[in-house]
Amino acid sequence: MNLDVILRIVTKLILPFILLFALYVQFHGDFGPGGGFQAGVIAAGMVILLAITFGLEAAQRIAPQAVVQRMIPLGVLIYVGTGLMGLLFGENFLDYSVLAREAAQGRHLGIFLVEVGVLVTVSGTMTAMFYAFVERGR
Amino acid sequence: MTVAVIRQRNLFGVVVLTSIYSFLMASVLIVLDAVDVAMTEASVGAGVSTVILLATLHLIKSTEMRPSGPHVLALFVAAGTGAILIWGTLALPPFGTADSVIHQHVAPRYLAESIKETTVPNIVTAVLADYRGYDTLGETTVIFTAGIGVMLLLRGARRRSRAREDEPR
Repeated sequence: MNLDVILRIVTKLILPFILLFALYVQFHGDFGPGGGFQAGVIAAGMVILLAITFGLEAAQRIAPQAVVQRMIPLGVLIYVGTGLMGLLFGENFLDYSVLAREAAQGRHLGIFLVEVGVLVTVSGTMTAMFYAFVERGR
Repeated sequence: MTVAVIRQRNLFGVVVLTSIYSFLMASVLIVLDAVDVAMTEASVGAGVSTVILLATLHLIKSTEMRPSGPHVLALFVAAGTGAILIWGTLALPPFGTADSVIHQHVAPRYLAESIKETTVPNIVTAVLADYRGYDTLGETTVIFTAGIGVMLLLRGARRRSRAREDEPR
């Protein structure tokens, strides 16, 4: 038995809370501090912590490399797609007021969708970069 | 702290010191009521980038080489840039003044109208994602480009070295 056991158990205990905090920062970003970027980095931090303590395979089981890599362009596409909705309905690019019947509600929804796009790109990029560095070292 | 980072030859020490520095800056930003930025600084500066720097150290030698000699030109460039930057700050309004130019342009309108126009109580989020949507789109694209670039560099190099190993001898 080695000292690893403390690290492993503590990591196991706090991992769900890190992910929960990331989701809180994401979905509460409209009301409190935070948003897509911060939430994305925290979520990526959870995967990285998992990889440091339990090995790369454990991390890649919950966040497979193929998925993480596809998340990078997917987030940008979500963002641009939300922006293009404005163009489709005859308004300006990135004008979210068309997304709901009421302009203010539509803009709220637009902000939410855009933040989701940022979350997907940021968490994907951070995790994929980490994977790339670690695999290079093997 | 900065002096310690520069004097330190052991890169592991440098990484640890910059991580501590990021945490200190995060505390400073919390004191300045910029919780969003503090969160970013703590998670990116102290968290992810420390881990990525350590992963880089695993790939390279962890001791910095002795400089080959005094770089007079570099000293001049650094001192000159620093002097220009300090000269630039002299014209800035005093720290925290409410009636400086930057607070008179669009900020009052955002403060007054953003809840009515977007129903989002956090004005920072409303400005970032709605009023300045183009900027945030640009930032997201920058992150996208950076991620793709890093992966291409690391992957491409690995594939080449593997191809070299596979060559029949």
